[in-house]
Amino acid sequence: MRTSKWLAVLVVSVTLVACLGAAATSAPLSGKLEIFSWWAGDEGPALQALIELYEKQHPGVQVINSTVTGGAGVNAKAVLKTRMLGGEPPDTFQVHAGQELIGTWVVAGRMEDLSDLYAKEGWKSAFPEGLLKLLSTDRGIWSVPVNIHRSNVLWYVPDNLKKWGVKVPATWDEFLAIAPTLKAKGIVPLALGENWTASHLWESVALACLGKDKWEALWQGKLSWKSPEVVGAWKTFGKVLEYTNQDAPSLSWQQATDMVVKGQAAFNVMGDWAAGYMATTLKLQPGKDFGWAPAPGTSGVFMMLSDSFGLPVGAPHRENTLAWLRMLGSKEAQDTFNPLKGSISARVDSDLSKYNAYLQSAAKDWRTNAIVGSLVHGVVANERFMNDFATVMEIFLNSRNPEAAANAAQAIAIQAGIGR
Amino acid sequence: MRSRRDQIMAILVVLPSLALLAVFVYGFIAQTVYISLTDWGQGAALALKPEIHFVGAYNYRELFTGFLNVRFRQDLVNMVFFTVMFVAASLALGLFLATMLDQRIRGEAVFRTIFLFPMSLSFIVTGTIWRWLLQPRGGVNVLPSLVGLPPASFLWLSSRDQVLQFNWQTLPYFVVLGAALVLVAWGLWSAARRRFRAAALTGLPGLVLLAWALAGGATQLQTLPFQEPHGFNLALIGVVIAATWQMSGYTMALYLAGLRTIPDELREAARVDGASTLQVYRYVELPLLAPITWSAIIVLGHIALKIFDLVFAMAGPDNAPTSVPAILMFLTTFRGNELAKGASIAVILLVMVSLLIVPYLLASFRTGRA
Repeated sequence: MRTSKWLAVLVVSVTLVACLGAAATSAPLSGKLEIFSWWAGDEGPALQALIELYEKQHPGVQVINSTVTGGAGVNAKAVLKTRMLGGEPPDTFQVHAGQELIGTWVVAGRMEDLSDLYAKEGWKSAFPEGLLKLLSTDRGIWSVPVNIHRSNVLWYVPDNLKKWGVKVPATWDEFLAIAPTLKAKGIVPLALGENWTASHLWESVALACLGKDKWEALWQGKLSWKSPEVVGAWKTFGKVLEYTNQDAPSLSWQQATDMVVKGQAAFNVMGDWAAGYMATTLKLQPGKDFGWAPAPGTSGVFMMLSDSFGLPVGAPHRENTLAWLRMLGSKEAQDTFNPLKGSISARVDSDLSKYNAYLQSAAKDWRTNAIVGSLVHGVVANERFMNDFATVMEIFLNSRNPEAAANAAQAIAIQAGIGR
Repeated sequence: MRSRRDQIMAILVVLPSLALLAVFVYGFIAQTVYISLTDWGQGAALALKPEIHFVGAYNYRELFTGFLNVRFRQDLVNMVFFTVMFVAASLALGLFLATMLDQRIRGEAVFRTIFLFPMSLSFIVTGTIWRWLLQPRGGVNVLPSLVGLPPASFLWLSSRDQVLQFNWQTLPYFVVLGAALVLVAWGLWSAARRRFRAAALTGLPGLVLLAWALAGGATQLQTLPFQEPHGFNLALIGVVIAATWQMSGYTMALYLAGLRTIPDELREAARVDGASTLQVYRYVELPLLAPITWSAIIVLGHIALKIFDLVFAMAGPDNAPTSVPAILMFLTTFRGNELAKGASIAVILLVMVSLLIVPYLLASFRTGRA
């Protein structure tokens, strides 16, 4: 039949053109790609897996892995800032998604908008809406998240709780009710570590006291720090601190987790990298040797933080960076990186069979819970506020005065332009 | 007589290093001072062309009187206490070790090496080791349990206990009072040496200042509208111990070299005059070691004022009880993006170190010419 013949020719030629077009867009990349991060040590293998995946996809590109370690990223950020100020940006750099990126680099006009990439790759439906809101401003979307960690998690050892006859508290009031009994038995009710872990605990307590909507209002500048709700959060925080260990400032977060594992303490509020520490480093079995719950009073809310990569203006190998970002957002890359890093994929369609029991439960919450951003880990406030918040925490730890802390926090919120 | 050609050669040879110093030391000092007088750090601080306005001494005023900068003031107090205690401890321990080693004991070279060795470590290594030793649940705190006592529970690096507290509001008053007393004392000293012009130049303004301070004029210099206690944080003791452990070997070496240069004839002469061993030590050896003490104070003092790495390694960036201005400068500048405020802290540090070093340089310059 004539028509079918013509149809066949048409199909063949369309396919050919499509193939050619595809070949044209994926012309082999060459040159270099410098990736700047603070991932070494425990997190090194996860980054290495991503780099290997990239090299397989783009064999012509030489990847330079620039890491600056130490100080939970403080050192890396200092080096990055001097490089950017000196007009020598890397091709792409690790940065906490949200205001840590936006408040420093986006307002400075140093990042390229990635909206086109998001549209082309269909990421607007692959990532939850709450996440997209935190990554964007009204002028664009600024980075590609590689992982998601949860900040508001309460850790414990199920057998120990049974032995001591306490239940996992669902609210801070419940916690304050059982804490004296634990203390009477010589057990630290809540294990705490150095300064930043106190701030980390604060954000879980504040989220519980304020609830999702007021937490968001606080960062949009619509709720004053001097309001009774926020002062109340500081008051609750002060009461909770009464039941933490004396030597907290000398301990790392791992040592605070160890106290729970060893049965010296009942609970610990820490981000879910603690699950990675207990499962991988301490070889404990999630669900049996250690258990978890949302931090008291924050059930149904997922306080997230995320490492992400963006495209700096003036990156020397822009095309290579775009290919890197395209890969990072893909299901394959996310499911390669995250089981190793001990975090979950930012995508809602990740392959859960690759993750352990804790991460599967976190991923389920990620898809169903309301999403809010973390303060300590750079999502909701800019770097200036975060830096000065350490001083506010110091004022509170010294004076134990909720009003003084609230006043100081309001003053730095104004100075740092929160919600502007 | 030196030829003209030699002089030109000399200038040419020195010129490159002069040019490098001019740019990389003095140029950058000037730039930092300029930045400290601006408001760089608002909004888009890291833009290619950030908006920067000249604000005069605003940053300095904020640091000393703004209620959010309480950490800077405590850090400054920490730094002063740390410097005084560390220098004093290093000098005392170094002098003690040197005196012991000077007794011509056996195996002196071995001991000398042992005591000098910590100096070859970097402060980061020292800090890491001492952080482990000073863990509240381990290290030195469990030492008492070796002899059957309960373990100590002192929070070496994080205790919030303070001694020697004073109110920051009263500081300007005591500074004025101290300056007045120094001037008066200098004036009296000059008068005693019959240098009456110098005595009048220092003593009279000193007396006027003293009268003004005592009459209550200086109490109006209050910088803060509220009381703010600062003092010596006990948590700093751990840092002092670590720093002394590292640097007392250095003062020992200096003192030992000093003791060896004292000619035996002097000691013998003193003994012939009937001086006891202690008297020889007190009236012959110690006075001759004074110049060594001065140079050790200068060297250790400027290390202590600028200390950063040791504290960073021992207690991390956010441990306020042991924090010092150098750490605060790093955090303010590179974490908080407040570049102007960071520059102000840097300038204050520079001024404090200069207060220590410039008189020393002037003095050695003068003796050099003489």
